[in-house]
Amino acid sequence: MELKIRDPKLEPIAEKVINGERLSFEDGLTLFETTDIHTLGYLANLVAERKNGKFAYFNVNLHVTPTNVCVGTCKFCAFRKKKGEEGAYELTIDEILEKIEKYREKNPGLTEVHVVGGLHPDWSYSYYVEIVRRIKESFPEIHVKAYTAEEISYIAKKGNKTVEETLIDLIEAGLGSIPGGGGEIFAERVRKKICPDKISAQEYLSVHKTAHRLGLKSNATMLFGHVESYADRVDHLVRLREAQDETGGFQTFIPLAFHPKNTEIPNANYTTGFDELKTIAVSRLMLDNFPHLKAYWIMLGEKMAQVALQFGADDIDGTVVEEDITKAAGAKAGQYLSKNRLVKLIREAGKVPVERDTLYNVIEVYSGGER
Amino acid sequence: MVKILNEKTVEDKRLIPIAEKVANGQRLSFEDGLTLFETTDLISLGKIADYANRRKNGNLVYFTVNRHVNLTNVCVGSCKFCAFRKREGEAGAYELTVEEVAEKVRGVKAHEVHVVSGLHPKWGLKEILEFIKTIKREAPQAKVQALTAEEIDYLCRKEALSVEEVLRELVEAGLDALPGGGAEIFKEELREQLCPEKLSAERYLEIHKTAHKFGIRSNASILYGHVESYADRVDHLIRLREAQDETGGFQAFISFAYQPKNTELGGNYTTGFDDLKTIAAARLLLDNFPHVRTFWITLGEKLAQVSLHFGADDLDGTVVEESITRSAGAVGSSFMPKERLIKLIKEAGRTPVERDTLYNPIRVYY
Repeated sequence: MELKIRDPKLEPIAEKVINGERLSFEDGLTLFETTDIHTLGYLANLVAERKNGKFAYFNVNLHVTPTNVCVGTCKFCAFRKKKGEEGAYELTIDEILEKIEKYREKNPGLTEVHVVGGLHPDWSYSYYVEIVRRIKESFPEIHVKAYTAEEISYIAKKGNKTVEETLIDLIEAGLGSIPGGGGEIFAERVRKKICPDKISAQEYLSVHKTAHRLGLKSNATMLFGHVESYADRVDHLVRLREAQDETGGFQTFIPLAFHPKNTEIPNANYTTGFDELKTIAVSRLMLDNFPHLKAYWIMLGEKMAQVALQFGADDIDGTVVEEDITKAAGAKAGQYLSKNRLVKLIREAGKVPVERDTLYNVIEVYSGGER
Repeated sequence: MVKILNEKTVEDKRLIPIAEKVANGQRLSFEDGLTLFETTDLISLGKIADYANRRKNGNLVYFTVNRHVNLTNVCVGSCKFCAFRKREGEAGAYELTVEEVAEKVRGVKAHEVHVVSGLHPKWGLKEILEFIKTIKREAPQAKVQALTAEEIDYLCRKEALSVEEVLRELVEAGLDALPGGGAEIFKEELREQLCPEKLSAERYLEIHKTAHKFGIRSNASILYGHVESYADRVDHLIRLREAQDETGGFQAFISFAYQPKNTELGGNYTTGFDDLKTIAAARLLLDNFPHVRTFWITLGEKLAQVSLHFGADDLDGTVVEESITRSAGAVGSSFMPKERLIKLIKEAGRTPVERDTLYNPIRVYY
């Protein structure tokens, strides 16, 4: 093998990647520490294309955030309000349905509603289940992806049920899959600092593995760029890889760039472009058993998300409307990308745009290209 | 011979002979330029451009602590890509007084004051000289980089003076260098469409070359991402390369990504891919330009940092109060602390060098 590699430390890793071998914890660290982003990008793209060919996915989706009222205390969050606090809101189920209906009128290809919100002190177990049921009843053809592991654990406690019982009820109501939020950083030391009241890494993984055993697919995330070290990131990725070895139920990994505005993390800053591309590439290389890796444009911005398609990402999420959680922390990307713009971005990056549903069933391949 | 690319693994094989030329220090052709823009093999393109850049600038990446002063937005021009221009008396029109300019720059620690403004119908050489003298007096440590070729041309026409005559007076008043603005896209047909009243490509180059012969250094630019084709971009770059062959007075090339908001022309923002490809192609075609600058105001901080591995060796400056691209919807804020610039450069694995306008190093941050 003779790759032109600027950072010689990457040579043995490149060899492993090319031979399809699993990377070690130390390899992960070396990858984060390099500044040779060309080699990193080349290798990550190689893996992405082995898994997904030239396809880059997107979907037509809508984010619904039923409430920002939350009993949580996560220090990186700028979205949360206490009940009665100025700016606190809670949608009724009718209002949620109305939002979906309105969006669908403009975007008839809508296939997914993504529901994530605060941990509301007054909402009951059955109310949370009811939200899913009513959405599914009103829009039977739309996939309901709802509630992070944190919310599921909270809902279960409210109903004095196990996570498994809760998931069974939610599935019966129409839940189609669960999103990846709440992963943050698994390392206990960091978790204690940034979200001491949140479920532990084990609980997060246990909710996902339980969901997988019940036949649900889910995604996984990592919130990076706050107080964690590179070692913490690698540890996070390795734990996810182990969980995936057990169940195989994760579809997509989504690295989420920390946004510092209005949060309680002291001296925090926005992540840099370099760090984002590196994190995407390293994630693609470490998570050899995850089918997909998403460059979430709301967080990265449209430009970086497009560039990420050459650094290991094979998905740029969806059209997305009304994402308020990242926006509250100072995300500068807009709130909506048209399907045409998504298709153009993907094509220009040398990939084939594929519109998918939540479970990566192909809706349309936009083959052929014009400039 | 150095091998920049691995021929077995490079995705776009058309880049292989180009990489060989670059490794041998051969000049790229018009067709090579087109290939650079047409490829989607971003990583290979980045590698070649990075190689060319490191050969010129090693591991150094430059920045400056600067301040922009836009004296007025009142402008008799009619460029369709501009969202900054106002007519005299129109709501939102402004013109700074000499005292206001003095206040803006008094005591600033910047090493450069960058002055670019509208073509004010009532201002002639006398007014401009007064501004320049004032800036030089109030911020004597700063180099004054002022007046695009378009503004120089306007003064020549207004005063019926030659370029030399206008430059002589400006230099006497304290002008140190010319910025690169006003180049837009050289192709005559497009200029006719985009900015019919603006100086021609020939005149733009003539003014810069005259300045160079006069001992004044300048920068050059391109405005891309509106209606031009890849061929138009390559043509633009090659004309600059030829001019530089004659005089050698250009320091940095700056690519301005078109910002569509509030302009007559409308359209879309450029994409990240296009931004990086344009920087890389410029680095490779402009083999006689010492520096390629990435302008974070139009690219955003993130992509600007990434572009340091795609051929750029200059992150511009801290820039205070840039109003021209912001009025067209640039999303980057208009100030970047020096510490942030240093962090961005270091994180990219490069050595930050604070410079003045003429690329004299002020401090190296190891």
